[in-house]
Amino acid sequence: MNGKSELTERYIALYKENIDKISSISSPYLNSFRKAAFEKFSTLGIPTKKNESYKYTNLNIFFDHEYKNYFIPEESDFIKAEEFRCDVTELDTHGIVLLNGFYPTINEKLLQLPSGVWIGSLNEAAVKFPEIIKKHYARYAGSESDGLINLNTAMASDGVFVYVPEGVTLTKPVQVVNLVQSDEDMFNQHRNLIIVEKNSVFSIIICDHTLSPRKFLTNAVTEVYVGENAHFDLIRVQNEHNSAGKMTHTFIHQEKNSVASSNNMTLHGGLIRNSTYHYLGGERAECNSYGLYLTDKWQHVDNFVNVDHAFPNCTSNQLFKGVLDDMSTGAFNGRIMVRPDAQGTIAYQKNNNILMTDDAKMDTKPQLEIFADDVKCSHGATVGRLDDDALFYLQSRGINKREARLMLMFGFAHEVIQNIKVEALRERMDNLVMQRLKGELSRCASCLVKCG
Amino acid sequence: MLIINNLKASINGKHILKGISLNIKPGEIHAIMGPNGSGKSTLASVLAGREFVEVNEGSVVYLGKNLLEMSAEERAKEGIFLGFQYPIEIPGVSMVNFMKTAVNEHRKHKGLESLSASDFLKMMRDKKELVEIDSKLANRSVNEGFSGGEKKKNEIFQMAMLEPKLAILDETDSGLDIDALRIVANGVNKLKRPDNSFIVITHYQRLLDYIVPDVVHVLYDGRIVKTAGKELALELEEKGYDWIKKEVENNVIA
Repeated sequence: MNGKSELTERYIALYKENIDKISSISSPYLNSFRKAAFEKFSTLGIPTKKNESYKYTNLNIFFDHEYKNYFIPEESDFIKAEEFRCDVTELDTHGIVLLNGFYPTINEKLLQLPSGVWIGSLNEAAVKFPEIIKKHYARYAGSESDGLINLNTAMASDGVFVYVPEGVTLTKPVQVVNLVQSDEDMFNQHRNLIIVEKNSVFSIIICDHTLSPRKFLTNAVTEVYVGENAHFDLIRVQNEHNSAGKMTHTFIHQEKNSVASSNNMTLHGGLIRNSTYHYLGGERAECNSYGLYLTDKWQHVDNFVNVDHAFPNCTSNQLFKGVLDDMSTGAFNGRIMVRPDAQGTIAYQKNNNILMTDDAKMDTKPQLEIFADDVKCSHGATVGRLDDDALFYLQSRGINKREARLMLMFGFAHEVIQNIKVEALRERMDNLVMQRLKGELSRCASCLVKCG
Repeated sequence: MLIINNLKASINGKHILKGISLNIKPGEIHAIMGPNGSGKSTLASVLAGREFVEVNEGSVVYLGKNLLEMSAEERAKEGIFLGFQYPIEIPGVSMVNFMKTAVNEHRKHKGLESLSASDFLKMMRDKKELVEIDSKLANRSVNEGFSGGEKKKNEIFQMAMLEPKLAILDETDSGLDIDALRIVANGVNKLKRPDNSFIVITHYQRLLDYIVPDVVHVLYDGRIVKTAGKELALELEEKGYDWIKKEVENNVIA
């Protein structure tokens, strides 16, 4: 059958069966991309280990499964979303809740904050702001190599839209809580678009939660435009249960003199793949890509980072750290591309991992492609155990071994957490990570829907 | 306070300590000197409970208890402190958190309540003044980016915080300039009480200008080959270690 895998055929059939339904609730502009994306997906398929960037991750466990599909949101579902409150009370944010990838219908679908910033539903924005959407939608999500991005473009119909006009500094971050809730195993996709115009400052926190103990698979694409001289921070906190699979593809396009950071904090989740693409599309742009993953049991966390230095005198910095316990596994793939014109590039990459057991496994792969000659580049990766000397140093001061190990692991993780600029969130992450390392953090720790 | 009897120890099968006996009484300062590779640091490691050193023979009794049966953290809580020759850098762990945890572990061991945050910070301030360390050091990660001198001063600061009964200072003077040396020595002198003891391990006599020992031992090839008063340190400074080595070799032949 055309050489396509059975798995890919399953999703091709899914598209064919549901495309009319999806199109009926989506704005025409979003629909205009579907056919081409579907055709591309049909060619590329669901990535396998033969695909270099998915070499260490087996997607079949989550993709080869019968899911209920969630194409049309139900009003009753959003009442549950309404009940959800983030318990970080000192965290002062503009909150948005997405349920199964959709923006709640019972609220205003697009909201303008006093500062002029628009937040709301992407599908709604595609109708209300056609010019903005046309300028940015599907412009940054590179579709040539990864079938999952095309699958998202072909079928996703909603997600978060943020528009920060020129010269606006939003001191409060926007917090998006992604909830997944269903009584059946469920597959959902959503699409976010964030536009930060020039000279603006904006940060967004995306928290991923699961609310019911079913098997879930999410495939989400986020596109971000960071205008000239703008500052953008993205913090993603992943705390789903171990039957949840999460694929995120984040594209951050930067103009000159802009600064952008992405921080993927993975606390829980069954199979997680975070692909983060940074495009330095103007001189003197700077990007930071951070990640922290704490895994145990059979979890697998894969971080793929692609930093594209397309213009001169840009700086990039990658820092990813992981603590892997039990038989959990992880992968890090960090690519740095320095194009021929990108003289004066500075690019750093660091990936450090601690394996707590003999069964835990980590694959780490730097990939540097440098086509300019005036470049300062460094990369380093370590996979090891806790430092015995450091452990003894703490014990020699009267701290018991268990506590000493915790302190060392926490210190290791803190190097990533300290880059979070929102203080309340930084403290919250410190607490969550400490609880996680102690084994006290259950997936329900931050959930008010007490489902038992 | 500490009675070491015929202690023999090895690392990876290599015999380092070949029968050491020592008796340290409360209030005493013992200096242990000796050339490189004589076993000084191994002795410190055995006393502090480092696991890679294997004790083959002999006994160590500390305050009437068998020290060798205790874990490193128990020893610390019972009042033993090791000042490291090479203090370890621990990124991400703040000095405040480190010391708070340690002090409260000690207090718990003594049946005392944990210190309140304000009492603890006051204690930190007082001790910092006592040992003249830069107050900014305490806000940083443990030893991270500290200079050699700062690391050693930080050891003395930790000692001041934990108020040990027996402090073992392993070459605390190495790599120190004269000002840092003075601060380290002053710290020791201020913390000295009639009921606590010090073992000062050093290669040079220099430190002993500031910390006056009651007894000086010379360790050579895993044995204590000479024990005398503080004048022995001066003699060593003057003549080096060669005459000791010769004396030992002659004794072996005789």
